[in-house]
Amino acid sequence: MSLRVRIRDKSFDDRPVLKGLEFDLGEREIVALVGPSGCGKTTLLKIIGGLDLDYDGTIAWTDAGSPRIGTIFQEPRLLPWRTVRQNLILVLPPYAHPAADELLRHLGLWPFRDHFPPTLSLGMARRVAIARAFAIAPELVLLDEPFVSLDPEMAQRSRDVLLEAWRQRATSVLLVTHDPVGAAALADRILVMSPRPARIVTQIEVPAAQRRSDHPTALQVAAQLEVVVGQYLART
Amino acid sequence: MLGFFVLWEAVARLVGNPLLPPASNVLVAIARETASGALPENLAITMARVVLAFVTSMVLGTALGLAMGVWRRVDVALDSWLTVLLNLPALVVIVLMYVWFGMNEVAAIAAVALNKLPSTAVTVREGARALDRDLLEMAHSFGMRRWPIIRHVVLPQIYPYLFAAARSGLAIIWKIVLVVELLGRSNGVGFQIQVYFQLFDVTGILAYTLSFILVVQLIEWALLQPLERRASRWRR
Repeated sequence: MSLRVRIRDKSFDDRPVLKGLEFDLGEREIVALVGPSGCGKTTLLKIIGGLDLDYDGTIAWTDAGSPRIGTIFQEPRLLPWRTVRQNLILVLPPYAHPAADELLRHLGLWPFRDHFPPTLSLGMARRVAIARAFAIAPELVLLDEPFVSLDPEMAQRSRDVLLEAWRQRATSVLLVTHDPVGAAALADRILVMSPRPARIVTQIEVPAAQRRSDHPTALQVAAQLEVVVGQYLART
Repeated sequence: MLGFFVLWEAVARLVGNPLLPPASNVLVAIARETASGALPENLAITMARVVLAFVTSMVLGTALGLAMGVWRRVDVALDSWLTVLLNLPALVVIVLMYVWFGMNEVAAIAAVALNKLPSTAVTVREGARALDRDLLEMAHSFGMRRWPIIRHVVLPQIYPYLFAAARSGLAIIWKIVLVVELLGRSNGVGFQIQVYFQLFDVTGILAYTLSFILVVQLIEWALLQPLERRASRWRR
């Protein structure tokens, strides 16, 4: 599955939020959208996720039919009154239950399957949210600032969990963030958004050799990207 | 509790007035009425009315409260009716129901349910207004259907309000059932109390009252409290 996003206009009460925003997302590609806070990143995700239908433009999927989309929100948004395993099971058709269990094992969550979310740490709860999004065997996973309010080590571990899940399931990933380092550590491509009304101002390709690696040169690339992205954000 | 009975016994013996019978006399009366079968029969009849009125008012009140809490339009349309019903004296509702629908079981139970329904609706409406929008958005983004959303996302958030409504509901309903029985039925605890009232037999009145309080207390211990513990076991 691949995705074509063409948004001519999205406004709230005549205030334009997105204008002329266009990009494509390829199969199994991880794309990061970075931009200043309040530029409409979450709005864009809602449109792509089908939660907001009130816009002018098209969201086109190459494979006909409605694709399954797993969303990972800023907060874990788990049902506190259901166990970890039930939280996954509830969004799945019955035939997918064994796959969900397998995913829980793979992401190191199996020992916590009968715990209720309020007893989990934030990092652990986010890991469950990641597992839930991938458990539905999605064609596309959307992430909205998934690693904010985690310390750097915890954010790194959450990224590892995300990549582990991504390798298990062939899926495209679109994440929005205002953290260029996090974006560089995950993505194939980074799209930089302008302030409102937002559009894509530039695109940065992460060199193939440095993608999703914690090798020192990759970290260097991330640092460089941070500078470039920072410049764009400052200029726009 | 035991202290209260001892005190009651002592004071009643000291006063020596038939209008304040000692506790032991009341216990003897309970035993006698139980042996004759009159007490269990009337208790069962009254309990059946309480249960029917309780279930009716809880189901309808919850549905109404949810609808009013979720849809603004329903709230606007029905809010003043709810206020009217809330402030209508129980006696007026009972008398009108008997006059319009006859001295029958349906009118009796409807009158009781109608007295409790508005306060259930108001309580549940508060719960519905406090629903977590983020969790609902999550459920929609994962394509959960209407009934699973109500069952797993909405109702667990409403439970504390439902238990509050059930508690006060049980208390109010059994009081009103007695009045309904006194006014227009020829059996049940309320009818018996009326008979004893005409005979000025305080011992009999207290015997029936005590038995009924005991039954209601048992329901609280054996049913409501375990249910509430079960519903809130996810809380830390």
